[in-house]
Amino acid sequence: MTSGIAPAPVAGPTAPAPGARPVPVWLRVIRSSLGLWRVRIGLALAALVVALALFGPLFAPHSPSAFVGAPFAPPSGQALLGTDALGRDVLSRLLNGGRTVVWMSLAAASLGMLLGTFFALIAGTSRPLVDDAIMRTMDVLLALPVIIFAVLFISLLGPKDWLVVLLVGIAWAPQVARTARGATVEVAQRDFVRAAQALGVPRRKILIGEVLPNIMTPLTVEFGLRIVWSIAAIAALSFLGYGIQPPAADWGLMINENRTGLAVQPWSVIAPLVCIAVFAFAVNLVTEGLARTVAGVDRSTSS
Amino acid sequence: MAVARIDNLRVELPGAVDVVDGISLEIEQGEVVALVGESGSGKTTVGTSMLAHARSGARIVHGNVTIDGVEILELAPDGQRELRGKTVAYIPQEPAAALNPAIRIGRQLEEVIVDHERAVRTTERGERVRTALSDVGLPVTDEFTRRYPHQLSGGQQQRVAIAMAIILAPRLLVLDEPTTGLDVTTQARILAIVRTLCRDHGIAALYVTHDLAVVRAIADRVIVLYAGRVAESGPVEDVFRRPAHPYTLALLGAVPDIARRTSLAQIPGRAARPGERPSGCFFHPRCPIRIEQCESGEVPTVMLAPGHLACCHRADRAVQLDARKLAPPRPVRDPRPLLTVDRLDATHGVVQVLHDVSLTVHDHACVALVGESGSGKTTLSQCIIGLHEKYTGTIRLRDHQLARSVRGRPREIRRTVQYIFQSPYNSLNPRRTIGEIVGLPLQFFFRSSRREMQTQIAAGLERVGLSAGLAGHYPDQLSGGERQRVSIARALVCQPEVLICDEVTSALDVSVQAAIVELLRGLQEENGLSLLFVTHNLALVRNIADEVIVLSDGRVVECGDTDTVLDTPQQAYTKQLIADTPSIERVGEVTRVP
Repeated sequence: MTSGIAPAPVAGPTAPAPGARPVPVWLRVIRSSLGLWRVRIGLALAALVVALALFGPLFAPHSPSAFVGAPFAPPSGQALLGTDALGRDVLSRLLNGGRTVVWMSLAAASLGMLLGTFFALIAGTSRPLVDDAIMRTMDVLLALPVIIFAVLFISLLGPKDWLVVLLVGIAWAPQVARTARGATVEVAQRDFVRAAQALGVPRRKILIGEVLPNIMTPLTVEFGLRIVWSIAAIAALSFLGYGIQPPAADWGLMINENRTGLAVQPWSVIAPLVCIAVFAFAVNLVTEGLARTVAGVDRSTSS
Repeated sequence: MAVARIDNLRVELPGAVDVVDGISLEIEQGEVVALVGESGSGKTTVGTSMLAHARSGARIVHGNVTIDGVEILELAPDGQRELRGKTVAYIPQEPAAALNPAIRIGRQLEEVIVDHERAVRTTERGERVRTALSDVGLPVTDEFTRRYPHQLSGGQQQRVAIAMAIILAPRLLVLDEPTTGLDVTTQARILAIVRTLCRDHGIAALYVTHDLAVVRAIADRVIVLYAGRVAESGPVEDVFRRPAHPYTLALLGAVPDIARRTSLAQIPGRAARPGERPSGCFFHPRCPIRIEQCESGEVPTVMLAPGHLACCHRADRAVQLDARKLAPPRPVRDPRPLLTVDRLDATHGVVQVLHDVSLTVHDHACVALVGESGSGKTTLSQCIIGLHEKYTGTIRLRDHQLARSVRGRPREIRRTVQYIFQSPYNSLNPRRTIGEIVGLPLQFFFRSSRREMQTQIAAGLERVGLSAGLAGHYPDQLSGGERQRVSIARALVCQPEVLICDEVTSALDVSVQAAIVELLRGLQEENGLSLLFVTHNLALVRNIADEVIVLSDGRVVECGDTDTVLDTPQQAYTKQLIADTPSIERVGEVTRVP
């Protein structure tokens, strides 16, 4: 899957423009979705959080692990957002703690999309027996709550970043597969796919060249959703102590470490909480805007 | 006095783009008026304006619609609701969409009465439902009224929709292509029912259609629409015998007819859609006899005979235009068999759809496979192309027995037999450019280099009458006819010997159909292609095929030379099929314009 939430190429332009070169539709989708306030706001907020995560460490006044004062000290000139449970600067930890959430959620969502789409394409174009075998296996996986599934393996193998990404990614595969398989089945029975079959085009080429471009629309929307859920799952795992390990700075972990001081020094909990919430909210806004635009622009799945 | 009257109607889309303008018409009691036009001509818009309705986005800007002396556009929304169904009833194209799938049909019919006349007693309601059902020739049994819509055939559903429309004894019926998509036998029944209902009950009817042969079969008067304007109107006999507007003439020339083989005249250019209509007479860019006056200004309406009007500068011209030219006789065919199907039995799941079907397509011949829906004609063609594998029997290409599945067939065979799909809206990948679509088989069969491909794609597009510049466009920038040409180009670049055409014109307008049929005919004669032409349209068969095979319920009923089979059918089924096919010529020959 592509990285980021750039919309995939969708159908050809809707209006014939005699003489003009056709504008690729994904560009048109982006253009018209940018007309929606929800997309503008969402992109701005997401960019803000990503910028905070990427460049934050450069502006951190202290080292994220340096002790700058008494535990749960209120905001002061020394520590703008106060200190945390161990007396470290909340602002510095906040500026350092975003990278993990951002990259891990993007990576887990992408992995889930790759796996889910792969199985969906196979299942949606196979004999009923193979289709059932794949999809029922997915259903079994779907029955396991993500967190429990991840906690199970992490407690066996130990908490590692790549393992969290891998497990969350695998956990999303069934959800992606369900969406993608429905779209695949719909596209696979259309005549242009049969035309390619009649030419004897190999299945792999049909799946990549004919089917995949036509299911990019639901996949794009699904990708946005998966990012949102990955943020929540990874933050939750960190909170539970199965994700990022102390003393590293991480928003999810910060919430867990400081929750005992919520009444004394609320900034230590609220600041990372707001960052996570804003990121999830922003991605959600963009996803929804794209979905709406695509519904108006993309006519390939109808007719 | 006329039951229904439209005066100077104008309907607009946002941006003051007119869909129709200056439409005036009258319908007398018991009269059927046909509204004919190609897609985009505004015929449905005029039809629904009779119910004081415009589709979403469109707006009735000015004009009067009077029914029984009541100006319906002025009525309050409640009054209009009361009017719909009771005074004016609408019968849509898709009967299945008009019926609620979850309610038994008896109930649905009763609900119409309940909605409009609350006080009617149950016993009387039942009586009226039974009368309506018998009026449309449906069984009047409890067993039947207890059925759900999905338990009826398409023709029965359409008759229920008609029963629903007439149950309140409306003054006017608006029928919007009610037989499109139905088999000819069913169509013939529906037409007869509408005819009788209008005569016996004195209902006026506006029959919207694109099919001129149907017009001749049902209507008293016809109104020809082009680009949202009335091009010509008058009694059916007058208009068909002495068409005055060049567009009417062109349409008549484009329709294939079962009576004889003609060469189908193409109308150059594209129909003018809302927003892209030229000045002056809208038809002038496509008109063969245009003069300078046609290009700007008002177009006069000329009366040619009582009630026969044409909107044309040259309606009274002395120019001779021959609407229907006989096609030249077909060259003698090569008797070598190219494609042979022998004793084919095919199944879908547990249902056997083909029984012991055999056929032969000779070199350079065009064989038509005719049948109604469900006759198994598509299954047969898919068996031949290798997309349907559940069959016994053999299919040969010359001496080579074909493997059941397309994957088991050698590359050379797959290249030689090409398939063109029914719907051009469904057979081109919307995410690929025209160049990529046509280039796929080139890449696959000939492993052409990039540069070779460019020239071959351009040549392929030009061969089917498209500009090579379209290669960079996406399918949805093209019209239906252009898309079908792309489909044909994709098949032709493979340099096939047999082309299987599965209802390739059924989704297209008649003028576009004419162009596609002539294209196929030309290609076949130039390149010595063999065609297996699958269709339900006997008129087309007469026009394009050398031989015909009539399929019914998966069995070959009759086969042989086209003219022999159509002129002297031997089997009852074929006779019925031919009798049910409406014809624009059978009533009387279309003659030259005086």
